[in-house]
Amino acid sequence: MKLKTTLMATGATLIAAAALAQTNMADSMTVVSWGGAYQNSQVKAYIEPYVANNPGLNVITDESSADAVTKLRAMSEAGNITWDIVDVVAADGLRLCDEGLAMEIDPDTMLADAPDGTPASEDFGNTLVGDCFIPQIVFSTTFGYRTDLLSEAPTTVCDVFDTEKFPGKRSLEKRPIGNLEWALICDGVGIDDVYETLETQEGVDRALAKLDTIKDDVIWWSAGAETPQLLADGEVVMGSTYNGRLFSAIVEQNQPIGMLWDWQMFDLDGWIIPAGLPEDRLARVLDFVKFATDTQRLADQAAYISYGPARASSAPLVGKHAELGVEMAPHMPTDPANAVNTFLFNFEWWASYRDDLDAQFQAWLLQ
Amino acid sequence: MSDATLEGPVLSADGKPLKQSLNQALRKQKIRALVLIAPLLVFVLVTFVAPIGSMLMRSVQNTAGTDYIPDLMPNVVAAIQAWDPSTGEAPPEEVYRAMAIDMASAFENKTHTQLGRRFNYEAPGISSLFRKSGRPASGWDIETDGPFKEKFLDIDSGWGNVEYWAAIKANSGYYTSSYFLAAFDAQRGVDGISMKEPDQRIYQKLMLRTLGLSLLITFCTLALGYPVAWLLADLPLRTSNLLLILVLLPFWTSLLVRTSAWKILLQEQGVINNFWIALGFTERLSLINNQLGVIIAMTHILLPFMILPLYSVMKTIPPSYLRAAKSLGASNWTAFWRVYFPQTTAGIGAGALLVFILAVGYFITPELVGGADGTFISNRIYFQFAVSGNWGLAAALGTLMLVVILILYYVYDKLVGVDNVKLG
Repeated sequence: MKLKTTLMATGATLIAAAALAQTNMADSMTVVSWGGAYQNSQVKAYIEPYVANNPGLNVITDESSADAVTKLRAMSEAGNITWDIVDVVAADGLRLCDEGLAMEIDPDTMLADAPDGTPASEDFGNTLVGDCFIPQIVFSTTFGYRTDLLSEAPTTVCDVFDTEKFPGKRSLEKRPIGNLEWALICDGVGIDDVYETLETQEGVDRALAKLDTIKDDVIWWSAGAETPQLLADGEVVMGSTYNGRLFSAIVEQNQPIGMLWDWQMFDLDGWIIPAGLPEDRLARVLDFVKFATDTQRLADQAAYISYGPARASSAPLVGKHAELGVEMAPHMPTDPANAVNTFLFNFEWWASYRDDLDAQFQAWLLQ
Repeated sequence: MSDATLEGPVLSADGKPLKQSLNQALRKQKIRALVLIAPLLVFVLVTFVAPIGSMLMRSVQNTAGTDYIPDLMPNVVAAIQAWDPSTGEAPPEEVYRAMAIDMASAFENKTHTQLGRRFNYEAPGISSLFRKSGRPASGWDIETDGPFKEKFLDIDSGWGNVEYWAAIKANSGYYTSSYFLAAFDAQRGVDGISMKEPDQRIYQKLMLRTLGLSLLITFCTLALGYPVAWLLADLPLRTSNLLLILVLLPFWTSLLVRTSAWKILLQEQGVINNFWIALGFTERLSLINNQLGVIIAMTHILLPFMILPLYSVMKTIPPSYLRAAKSLGASNWTAFWRVYFPQTTAGIGAGALLVFILAVGYFITPELVGGADGTFISNRIYFQFAVSGNWGLAAALGTLMLVVILILYYVYDKLVGVDNVKLG
């Protein structure tokens, strides 16, 4: 589905055309993202203000981020890159960078500094993953639970593994990422040793053995919308999903669901620029990305969706939800009250071990 | 032949031998027919045979990105041949030196990380070595900066791992068998090829499960579809047309909608379970997110593919045959089994073949309702293709799938005879 948003400032077309000619930037740009409420928040916070500053620019939005890697690969093999900027999760960003499909970036020259002059590389800090990824938001995969179906509220992620105290089904994502980490944490492995443990066969077996204890009570999901639906239907009493999905189930739809932030797994989402863009399109995208990832813009996005800005300097600027008027800070995964126990999904580590662990995880599922 | 002279060949009106002029006329016809189907032939070749062929070729091509491994790292490939992994010692300095040269040029062309991903399929963990080493290696002077073994080990001690180097050596040709090995649940270690541990053989299990469940689903559609098709063929046209709409309506409905509907019906808090509890039972049934769910949903979804060929065959059987059998003294069962049923085998063959082949390739329904033990091999092929990006393994699994289907088709042809199949 392509939604074509042609936003033309009336009367200013001529001036704009002159301006475009002057800066030699393309007057059209294709932005690829995930669709839904998330893409909407980007349109509101980044694209609309940018087009207001650049009348005459034609922005085409596409919702293909889920297939970004395969599609970019196909485009690159065909020698015709039609996308200008693509929203991907960090792991995909790393992979696209690995395959030479994404352009390498220099944060300090291409991205805006913080208002107090802190260079971008410092302001983004460790959210800058790989050489091509321009981070926007921090989201987390964490647990939601039914407040009315459980006798007491779970307080730690290990309650997921306690079927005596919390009987009922749980939903977990049908992949090793996250599940193996939680299993090891609840089996007594310190967070700093988790990945080192998973590099050994004993460590993997240990994690799978822990998951074995709840295997019969698990419904496996593969799309982010499944857990909120399973919770709403009472099919599961607790389940993992992205925090923004739970926010919309709890705050926007008033479901009897509670958030369990303990040991939430942080993940990042951000932009990549496809490698090999023509000069005028590249100039346009670089101009856009500098604007769209500045401190204020990242904070603005949080008014539409409960994902935390990737810049440290944006956090204090996060305000209320644009329509519901709810204070957004307490719903952010990065809020200090929520971020007591967290871990960052280790992209580089998973890039090396994913194929192998995935095969083992699938074999375990089949047993 | 009667009025032709016995000595010479038969001549046509213009004096040429009949055979020759017949051939000429036929050749013209053949060419005309060929020209007529040429657009379709070209279309099929370009859009179907070529892409599928090139996809299947990926199962043996040893590439990283779009280039072959020996073209990307020629020096390493040449140097590593002399090294024997079974000695258990890391390769000599020449190999590291060759790696330094190739790594630097790969870094320049931005292919070093692609190489890392390629070898990571064989040796988990190796991709981080390539990612880390590209930039440092590009700064080295090959003439003066040696020895390179220490330099690589300084970057990451993993460069001393014999298994990593063995994986590189084993996959240094233009073509590789490693994707097919993986598809057969085998692996290549330092001491040669071996099968994986029995509980790690996922593709074998998935293949058997896919075939087994598809067979079961085919039987279920036959058991349910046969009486329906018979009823449709037997009723007066007006009623049967109405009933046929009921068969076709779900057939025209989106696959996703039907699968989701089954989710709502079968889930633990769903319609059927609520009814079950209302009947006085206390235990809720597990009807979905397991193999049972896949069987139920797929049987329903594939049912029209069984009913329609059956119906079209049964429609051609005159009802008088059954009446004649009965009037000659056959019981109901004998009349059905000896007279009616044998005439429907062509329809059964067509329906069964259609349903089975469609079921084997099914993807969305097992993904949505299959849970942990109801997924098919197509789900893994999709995963390797779209999520993991291992197109070589996806192609190998796809090729394997194609071969299995062709073998089954051949067996089926020998047993039933494809000529007897009637699709409508």
